[in-house]
Amino acid sequence: MIALVAQDTQTVALPGPPVVWSLLWPFLILAVGGVLLVTVTSVVPVLRGRSFPAAFTCLTALASGLSLIPVWQRVDRLDLVGGTIGSGTEGPRSLVSGAYAVDGFTVFVTGVICVSVFLTALLLDGYLRREGLDGPEWYVLMLMSASGGVLLASANDLIVSFLGLEILSIAAYVMAALHLRRAESQEAGFKYFVLGALASAFFLYGIALVYGATGSTTLQGIFAAGPNAAGLDPRTDSSLILAGMALLLVGFAFKVSAVPFHFWAPDVYQGAPSPVVAFMASGVKVAGFAGLARIFLYAFQPYWADWRPAIAALAVLSTIVGGLLALAQRNVKRMLAYSSINHAGFMLLAIHAAASPDDGGQRGAEALLFYLLAYTVMVTGTFGVATIVGGRGDGRHDLDDYRGLSRSNPLLAGVMAILLFSQAGVPFTSGFFAKFRVIGALASDGSYALGGAAMLAAVISAVLYLRIVVSMFLIDNGEAHEADHEAVDAVAGGRAAPEAEGDTLVEASPEASVLTSVRAPAPTALLAVCLAAAVTLVLGLLPDLGGGILSDAASALLLAG
Amino acid sequence: MVDVIVFAVAGLIVLAGGLGVVLNSNPVRSALSLVASFFGVAVLFVLQEAHFLALVQIVVYAGAIVVLFLFVIMLLGVDEVEDLSIEPLSGQRIGGLLAGAALLVFLLGGLFLSGGDEGAVAVTGTESVTQPIDETQPNIDNLATDLFGRNVLAFEATALLLTIATVGAVVLVRNAGAEDLSVDEPGRADH
Repeated sequence: MIALVAQDTQTVALPGPPVVWSLLWPFLILAVGGVLLVTVTSVVPVLRGRSFPAAFTCLTALASGLSLIPVWQRVDRLDLVGGTIGSGTEGPRSLVSGAYAVDGFTVFVTGVICVSVFLTALLLDGYLRREGLDGPEWYVLMLMSASGGVLLASANDLIVSFLGLEILSIAAYVMAALHLRRAESQEAGFKYFVLGALASAFFLYGIALVYGATGSTTLQGIFAAGPNAAGLDPRTDSSLILAGMALLLVGFAFKVSAVPFHFWAPDVYQGAPSPVVAFMASGVKVAGFAGLARIFLYAFQPYWADWRPAIAALAVLSTIVGGLLALAQRNVKRMLAYSSINHAGFMLLAIHAAASPDDGGQRGAEALLFYLLAYTVMVTGTFGVATIVGGRGDGRHDLDDYRGLSRSNPLLAGVMAILLFSQAGVPFTSGFFAKFRVIGALASDGSYALGGAAMLAAVISAVLYLRIVVSMFLIDNGEAHEADHEAVDAVAGGRAAPEAEGDTLVEASPEASVLTSVRAPAPTALLAVCLAAAVTLVLGLLPDLGGGILSDAASALLLAG
Repeated sequence: MVDVIVFAVAGLIVLAGGLGVVLNSNPVRSALSLVASFFGVAVLFVLQEAHFLALVQIVVYAGAIVVLFLFVIMLLGVDEVEDLSIEPLSGQRIGGLLAGAALLVFLLGGLFLSGGDEGAVAVTGTESVTQPIDETQPNIDNLATDLFGRNVLAFEATALLLTIATVGAVVLVRNAGAEDLSVDEPGRADH
């Protein structure tokens, strides 16, 4: 018996797979940063304040972003590391036994997610101070969610994709419900959770069917089992893989809120805390698109003719329906939710173009990546302004609440105008080139009908952004507006008179408190929105800045094709 | 022959358990019927020589999940006997029956129609499309090699997922510290 036990302990030694740690850093910094933050702040109560977690999160995002530089320099010269199914010359370079892939595409997307985390952390700092909330959990959950997004974008195995998606989403559900004193926030979190869990179930079922059809969960394995590979695999049951792809597409469409799987988005965006919405609309969505693009453009590339019409239908519906329904809203956060559905349609159009086997493919992939970056910056900035205007209680999101913003805070109004013009696609902003690239890719692919639909949708959605801009800048004689001005004057008077305490005045009038938050927003939040507007302008004026990076990253996505 | 007998008995237990879940009016009995059904499935797993899966079936499903069900039932009141003659949604039962029948037809159709000449072979998976399991090693060893070798990243990522679940559960049930915040609550000006 003793001999048996001894023998067993000897045989337990299990060689782990080779791991290339240096390429895992961008992911590890985010994940370990989150775990470290929750540990340190639990053990050292002094650090549980508001400044430390925010600074820590910004630095973590920055460190993760900087660690991408050496990875980027190595990406092109990487040999296949670790054992993977499939040949070693195509597809992403994989590590940790083929579960995690690193190439230009994942490096780019990781960078975009880091940008989103950085900006959102700045917004959260101002938000938490204003709402009188504290707790590092917001930042912890955001860092972990971001690491899940990186995992989803870098996954080379559907199991890892699913885990990445769940890490990304579950943290986001909790963040949506994290304003414990607001019932709307709880409701949003619950809705997001129930519908998101349903989408995850679809996704998982899709993985199971794809595994059943191809006998592999790795992207290379699925690709190799496809009809394009040398020698048709007789065991590939095409109806199984079609069903699997459809279910995976449904799962992703929920996550990126494409019509007709968008119903959760306006409700959740309206109820969830505004900075969290900024992250959900940017980081979470970007990761969803990255996973969608990676899985469909690489693993399902052999079946592109099958799934492409479905993507086109989702895209056209999203652009048109998103734009039209946004026009019917009066709540700015709902409007922006529908506008992000509209943007999701554009990004799906880019994926549609990227699936093209000829020249449109490369242009489509470039358009997708540029769109992801431009969209992340401008949507984070826009929801940042919404956070500031929302005021204490985070409830002032009606269109009327934006009236006269150009008078009460010209800088904020100017920033918002830049961001909204960019979302509308006005020239000299990043949004213009994002839309231009998508439509250009569609044209070079020959999909003129889709390009026309995209332009129509862009015009429809431009009206919605103009509505907000108009209400910020135009002054009319509405009654609500008059009330605002009285309050503005009251606050201004309070500020001007040295003997009048600003605090007492604010306590006295809720109206004034909101306006104060607009007049003097938290410096960090203001920094975030100004940064977002600056990047939007720079990308709009110098759209070819780092163009080599874009084309390299895009071609990495299409290596299989 | 033994296989067939065991299959028949286990299958009967699964079916009887399933019917018990649906037909019992007492929720506790329904939950316990579910346990019986899970045990039957575990026996079917053993029949397929999937010993580990059988163990997990009993520990996780029959053990943890049903106990969770029972907790919830007991919390909500164990004495409640539902009046099954009332349909909360009219037409619910007919719809359920039709959906179940459709599912059965689809499953059987898929089983026998797909795969061309081979009939049921294509779906029942008599021919494994993955690598055959190394027969010289015990199941658990194979599992360990797979879990800590090929799938080690997924395994570690699960740890991250559980951390999020823990953090999320703790912060969401924490006392908010104050009344519900109404919009425009006057705040301090030091933001």
